Amino acid sequence: MTLGAAEPLPVEGAEAGAGAPVEERARLGPVPAEQRPLTVVNAKVRLGQRIVDIWRHRELLVLLTRSELKIKYKNSVLGYLWSMLNPALVLGIYYVAFNIISGTHFPRFAIWLFAGLLAWNLFNNAAMGSTTVVVGKAGIVKKVAFPRELLALSTVGVALVLFVIQVVVLVIIMAAFGIQPAWGYLWLLPLAIVALTVFTSAVSIFLSAVNVYLRDTQHLTEVLLMAWFWLTPIVYSWAQMVNQLSTHGVAWAKWVYLSNPVTPVAMTFQRAIYGTASYVDTSKANTAHVATHLLPSYGLGAYAVLLVAVLVVSVLLLLGALVVFGRLEGNFAEEL
Amino acid sequence: MTAAIEVDHLTKQFRLYNEKYTSLKERVVHGGKMPYVPFVALDDVNVDIREGETFGILGHNGCGKSTLLKCIAGILKPTSGEVRVRGSLAAMLELGAGFQPELSGRDNIFLNGSLLGLSHAEMEKRFDDIVAFAELEQFIDNQVKFYSSGMYVRLGFAVAVNVEPDVLLVDEVLAVGDAAFQRKCLDHVRRFQQEGRTIVVVSHGTDTIRQNCDRAMAMSHGRVLTVDEPGEVIRIFLAALLGGGAVPDDIDGAALGNVVSINTITVEHSGSGSRPHLYPGEWMTVVADVDSLAAVPDAVATVAIHDDRGELVFASDPDDSGAWLELPAGGGMVRVEFPEVPLLDGTYSVSLGIRSRSDTAVYDWKDQGAQFEVTNPGRTTGRVRMLPSTSFRLRSSSHTGQVPAISPMGAVGAPVADTTT
Repeated sequence: MTLGAAEPLPVEGAEAGAGAPVEERARLGPVPAEQRPLTVVNAKVRLGQRIVDIWRHRELLVLLTRSELKIKYKNSVLGYLWSMLNPALVLGIYYVAFNIISGTHFPRFAIWLFAGLLAWNLFNNAAMGSTTVVVGKAGIVKKVAFPRELLALSTVGVALVLFVIQVVVLVIIMAAFGIQPAWGYLWLLPLAIVALTVFTSAVSIFLSAVNVYLRDTQHLTEVLLMAWFWLTPIVYSWAQMVNQLSTHGVAWAKWVYLSNPVTPVAMTFQRAIYGTASYVDTSKANTAHVATHLLPSYGLGAYAVLLVAVLVVSVLLLLGALVVFGRLEGNFAEEL
Repeated sequence: MTAAIEVDHLTKQFRLYNEKYTSLKERVVHGGKMPYVPFVALDDVNVDIREGETFGILGHNGCGKSTLLKCIAGILKPTSGEVRVRGSLAAMLELGAGFQPELSGRDNIFLNGSLLGLSHAEMEKRFDDIVAFAELEQFIDNQVKFYSSGMYVRLGFAVAVNVEPDVLLVDEVLAVGDAAFQRKCLDHVRRFQQEGRTIVVVSHGTDTIRQNCDRAMAMSHGRVLTVDEPGEVIRIFLAALLGGGAVPDDIDGAALGNVVSINTITVEHSGSGSRPHLYPGEWMTVVADVDSLAAVPDAVATVAIHDDRGELVFASDPDDSGAWLELPAGGGMVRVEFPEVPLLDGTYSVSLGIRSRSDTAVYDWKDQGAQFEVTNPGRTTGRVRMLPSTSFRLRSSSHTGQVPAISPMGAVGAPVADTTT
């Protein structure tokens, strides 16, 4: 080239007029090679490494959750109000069906339902959302590398946000009606929430991976969750179930019933929020004033032990789910 | 020189299912069996990509180059083997791939940056640059679904390059946006090169590889053909491309009862004996071994040259007396000499025909009976060797009415037609 201009040509072939931005945006070059982290891609990524990767990308998890919420609720107050419509409707239906029509006459039944549904909604929303999350985000999964577990965890994040909103609504209602929770049991709630979140994460991670290969998992999940709901003491009480089991001579089955990890969590919620484990029916001609039990008359310690058991099982399930996810994840980009 | 990317015995096998059951119901109905054919997309690939170089991966569609790129990026897990990448990596497999149409441009910048591994704080620092680069200041808070495709792609590119990765993987996506934006992208890539970042470009276009890369690799059917400097790699790639494909059988023009038949065609050139290819501008001779049953006084030899895409590059004129021949009975060698072959890179095939001058009858025609390769040691690209010279002249007031044309690229000193002579 016989260009007379004094401008140095960055690289042969670059047009003379295009050099300008180079000076403006002069930045430091890359860091020396020895200081850079080494990324290894191979067939087997160890579980420990996966967990480290997830932890490193926690900011991404927050962003994914936030963007999911933004997409769903358009970031508006009204949008979040809509998100409450469904739980409110469910609550209303069960209240009418059980308290008014079929005559389950325990006092403050709405609060009882709310307490149980709070736990259930967290689990249900995340599990339902997780089945489609990887398939729905195929665009990202096929083109960008990041720990894909985060997609499943983002549905848990969304469910947690909705959970918090519901808690706020519940607190407002309880304050408005002057309903007292069992203050002494409230400190169990953080433990219950952690245990439930870990369990929900395990289920969500598992389902999100399986649905990539078996696309009808989402429909199956819907049905299974429905059954699961009725196997959890939410619209009825633990005591009612145990009574039924003993009248049928299978009292031992209550341990099977209790092995559902959502049950101890829902019971903790009910115990702490509803306030009492039993009530005395004074409305009818119940002259004996016999207390009707709703929950086992466990003390704090027994609940705590149950919750710790759930937590331990959930952590193991979570590790198992991560292993399964890791196995299936390798072919996501092909399957989608 | 350390390696930025080490690809170590990388094998990736896909399963090609005859029929794919993607639901539990179907699996149960079919007894859980899914017959499949294993397909090896990458077969024991080994390559070290050096720190700071721009490395090209050349291959035709389906050769495994994109699979390799996805394995390097960590999107696909290899069946066996391993990739080690030193430093941060950003892959531009598809621009704006991670965009959520429902979110605003602003949200997408943060989300995409985070997907590429940057923290929120780092993205905040780069945010203004990204918006400025994408030229989307007015629209940054609009939902991305309302963006035009050009805006979408600009934003995608802006995020990917402003992430400033140590290693950038590019899958032929540089041809985006309008001309001005393309140049901006190219500048950015050039700056990356100057800063010593490693770039891996995947392409099936030889021009892309030649213009941008320091070294390259050719792939075919999941295997590495060669790793070398671009010119050599392109030569081997083109040879394999043509050699691998079926060369059409000769169309036997036995219209005149096989009076003349062509046995073989060979190409001699100035590099014969020492190297398989010739350089642009060297001589070449097409030699045909011909049998003739009788003397043919009015024969004419015509030559056609096709490139690897099957496009005709040259065909001789049968009316040109220089091509006229007198064939004696028995036969011999017909030599068609080309004193200078002004072709650039490629593998070219040669067809030769012997026909009658007086009528249009063809004695014999050997279709694509020989090949020759041209390797261009320089950095010019295209098909034809041209030797331009560039000069600069000041505008002179005595030039009445002659306004120099402004070159479309806006470059100073582009050659201006000189009308004074």
